[in-house]
Amino acid sequence: MATHKITTGRVRSKRVRQMTQTLALVLVCAMVLPLTGYLFPETQSVTAQAQQATGDANQRSEFWRVVREGGAGYSSVVSSVANPETNTLYNITGQNWRQIRNGLIANYGGWFLFGVVIAIVLFYALRGRIDLTEPESGERVQRWGFWERSLHWYTASLFIALTVTGLSLLFGRALLIPLLGPEGFSFWAGLSINIHNTLGPFFVLGPILMFIFWVRHNLPTAVDVAWFFKGGGIIGKAHPSAGKLNGGEKVWFWIVILLGVGAVSFSGFALIGWVQEYFGVEFTRSYAQYMHILHSVSALLWIAVFFGHVYIGTIGSEGSLDAMTRGHVSKEWAKQHHDLWYDEVKDAEESSASPASSSETESTA
Amino acid sequence: MARMKFLCDAERCIECNSCVTACKNENEVPWGVNRRRVVVLGDGEPGEKSISVACMHCTDAPCAAVCPVDCFYTTDDGIVLHDKDLCIGCGYCFYACPFGAPQYPQQQAFGVRGKMDKCTFCAGGPLADNSDAEYTKYGRNRISEGKLPLCAEMCATKALIAGDGDTIADIYRERVLQRGTRPQTWGWETAYPTG
Repeated sequence: MATHKITTGRVRSKRVRQMTQTLALVLVCAMVLPLTGYLFPETQSVTAQAQQATGDANQRSEFWRVVREGGAGYSSVVSSVANPETNTLYNITGQNWRQIRNGLIANYGGWFLFGVVIAIVLFYALRGRIDLTEPESGERVQRWGFWERSLHWYTASLFIALTVTGLSLLFGRALLIPLLGPEGFSFWAGLSINIHNTLGPFFVLGPILMFIFWVRHNLPTAVDVAWFFKGGGIIGKAHPSAGKLNGGEKVWFWIVILLGVGAVSFSGFALIGWVQEYFGVEFTRSYAQYMHILHSVSALLWIAVFFGHVYIGTIGSEGSLDAMTRGHVSKEWAKQHHDLWYDEVKDAEESSASPASSSETESTA
Repeated sequence: MARMKFLCDAERCIECNSCVTACKNENEVPWGVNRRRVVVLGDGEPGEKSISVACMHCTDAPCAAVCPVDCFYTTDDGIVLHDKDLCIGCGYCFYACPFGAPQYPQQQAFGVRGKMDKCTFCAGGPLADNSDAEYTKYGRNRISEGKLPLCAEMCATKALIAGDGDTIADIYRERVLQRGTRPQTWGWETAYPTG
C-alpha cells in the first residue's frame, strides 16, 4: 500500500515536470519564433538587388525599391560632419528606431523603473528591515579599506550623476518640460548631455578598477548556489552561509562588469564616437541607433538593479551601510550575514595575535 | 492654407548642384553643413538618375518625435522648423531622419556636435522675421517675403520644384502625361503618407 502511494506520487511529479517543460518550450518558441521576421528585410533587399542584377522584367520598380531600402548612390557633397551617408537617399531604419525609442524605451522603460521602485517600497512594507538577531556588542570587524571605499564612492557618485542626467534626457520631455518650461528644460538638458558625455569616460575607470581589485572576492562558489536556494536571507528568515561577499553581491558585481562596462559603457563610448575606428566601421545612422538602443535598455536594467543595491545597502538591512561608510561592521553583522568570512577574519586575527599558534591554524586550514 | 512640399523630378535633374550652391550662399550655412545635396543613382550607368534631397518637411516628422527637448514645430504652411536656442545637439533627429537632413557644425571630443542645422524651406526660424539674429542662426526667410526656396528657384531644368503640394503635384502630373512616363514622386510616400 505504502509503495503504491510512493509510485503514484513519483508518476505524478514526473508528469508535472513534463508538463512544465513542455509549457516552457511552448513559451520560448512563442517568444523567439516571431523574431525571425527581423531576418526578412535583410533577405528582401538582397533579392531585390539580385533581381536587378539579373535583368528582371520590371527593372524600373526594382531600381526604386533598392533606393527605398537604403541603396547608396554617389554624391559630390561629402563634407558633412559626422555623416558618412550623404550618398544615401533613404535610411528608413530611423522609423524603427523611433518606435523603439519612443515606445519601448521612453514609455515602457519609464513604467518599468517606476514599477521597480513600487516593488521595493512594497517589499519594505511587507518584509521590513532585516534586523540583526543579536544585539551589537560594540566589537567591530574591518571590512573595506579606505582605498576600496574611495573606489566605491567614486563610482557611486559618478553613477548617480550619469543616472540623473541620462534619465533627464530620456524622460525630460514628458516629465520636466511641464515643470521647467521649454527654455528651463533646454538649459538643464544641455547641461545634462555635457555632464553625461564628459563624466561617462571617467566613470568607467571605477568598474574597471573594481574588477581588478575585487574579482578575487567575486568568483562564484557552491556556497553562493546554496545561498540563493535559501533565498539569500532576504526572502524568508534563514541565514545562509556566505564568504566575504554573498551570492547577491557577486551577481551585482558581475552585472556591473558585464552589463555595465560591457553594454552600457561600451555603447556610451560608441555614441560619443570613440570606438568606431577600432571596429573599422563608420558612424552611420544604423550604428548610432543600435548603440542607442543597447545603451538605454541596458542602462535602464542597470539602474533597476542599482535601486535594489541601494535599498539593501541602506534601509533594507541593519548595519550594512557601515561597511562602505566607516569601513568596519559589527561582529554580529559579520556573523549573521557573512559567517564564513567572519571565521576567516577571526582565524587571521588569532594567528597574528599569537604567532606561536600560527603554524597550528595553517595546518588546520 | 498652403502645404509646402519639395518634389524632385528624377527625369529632369542633371546633377548640376546649383541647388546645393544656391542654398549654401543664400543661407550662409555653417562650414561643413550642406542643407541640400544631390545623389546620383547608378552613376555612369545607363538609366542613371539624380535626385536633389534636403529636409522634406514631413507630415509626421520623425525628428520632432524623438527630440528630447521638443524643439521642433510645424508652421501653418506645413514647414518643419526648429529652435536652435532649445537644441542641445544630441543627434537624435539625425538618427531618426530617413533623408539625412539634420547636420551638425562640429565634431569634437566627448560627442559635442553644436546646434543642429537643416533646411528651413527658406523660412527662417522662431525669431523675428528677417532679423539679423534669425539670419545668423537660420538663414534667409524668403517665405515671409512671399518667395519660394532659392534652391528650387535656381534650378535650371526645373527638376526641383517647391511650393504648395497641390500646385506642384499638378505641374508634375502634366509633365508625366506629356512624357508618357509613370510618376515617381520620390520621397513623398515617406514624408507625406497622408497627403
